[in-house]
Amino acid sequence: MSTDFETPTAAARGLGSAKSGTGHHIHQRVSAIALIFLVPWFLYAVIAASRSGFEGATAWLAQPWNAILMILTLGAAFYHMRLGMQVVIEDYIAKAGMKQGLLILNTFVCFGLLAATTLSVLKIWISAGG
Amino acid sequence: MVQLTLPKNSKVGKGKEWPKPEGAKNTRAFKIYRYSPEEGGNPRWDTYWVDMDRCGPMVLDVLFWIKNNVDPTLAFRRSCREGVCGSCSMNIGGQNTIACTKGWDEVAGKTITIAPLPHLPVVKDLIPDLTNFYAQHAYVQPYLKTDTPEPEKEWKQSEEQRNELNGLYECILCACCSTSCPSYWWNGDKYLGPAALLQAYRWLIDSRDEATGERLDDLEDPFKLYRCHTIMNCAQVCPKGLNPAKAIAKIKHMMVERVA
Repeated sequence: MSTDFETPTAAARGLGSAKSGTGHHIHQRVSAIALIFLVPWFLYAVIAASRSGFEGATAWLAQPWNAILMILTLGAAFYHMRLGMQVVIEDYIAKAGMKQGLLILNTFVCFGLLAATTLSVLKIWISAGG
Repeated sequence: MVQLTLPKNSKVGKGKEWPKPEGAKNTRAFKIYRYSPEEGGNPRWDTYWVDMDRCGPMVLDVLFWIKNNVDPTLAFRRSCREGVCGSCSMNIGGQNTIACTKGWDEVAGKTITIAPLPHLPVVKDLIPDLTNFYAQHAYVQPYLKTDTPEPEKEWKQSEEQRNELNGLYECILCACCSTSCPSYWWNGDKYLGPAALLQAYRWLIDSRDEATGERLDDLEDPFKLYRCHTIMNCAQVCPKGLNPAKAIAKIKHMMVERVA
């Protein structure tokens, strides 16, 4: 039992309602809807492209539609991942400071991966001479 | 980090095995969680043998049989013994339910384990501390809020509008749902939990209530509402057959409707 003298009402109210969270909920669902279409395309495309070796794969990715869809897939996936990891961290890490630190790290890692992978697609597309 | 193991002083040790009732032909073992703050020490599992031929059909009857015939110190809450008050909620055979409507013949296995509701401080034996649970219920302001002057006779509601409250008003606040929810285990201090949120929706959807917007304001929070990850344990254990997860999903719908 609690040894501090905070009333149960004060504890239940806490810091009050943040009046946010619906945005996160909508973004999570919308990115999930996008991924329903993009992930099957991605799996099919990667398996098909990998059959023709490095040259064939880069030639495939240099086609505008493939590059566009690949960048959209990466954007939706890493954004969805950032939102999902955020929820996992909030669920399991209660310690103040550590939680905020991990949330920042999560954002950096997800956007870092997005930048690196998108640049790779652009590099292949540009070097193929458009 | 989330607490995945019990703290040292909550580890449950082996307790006493009570003698079998004399002359009984049909006995069954009940492993019951015992803890007494006066005695101190860690909680323990006591085993009781119950004469099933001389005991009523429900798990609550078993607890009474033990209290009357074997061990009068066994503590548990109970009142109506017919599934209306929600007092005798506990964990029976690994599932949260109310002892008065759970038949002991419905529980599989030779030995039936009975423990207090999970992840709450224990007051004594099968009695958990529900202070925070009740305070969270109060947080959702579970009563009619209006600005229009009260009508002389009554607030009117159509049959369809009244039907919206079905599957919500039956909640008896036994806390089976909230204490079966992993999200409530990890963040019960901030997440309101399925019971309080089902009650919140009961007032959000009430056609007579005029505070819908304020109610949504008070709920819109990454922890108070959005810790629900649709795990559905709440709907699985509810002894009244209600579906708190569905009520929570409907609150989220209202939140989305408000902005998009």
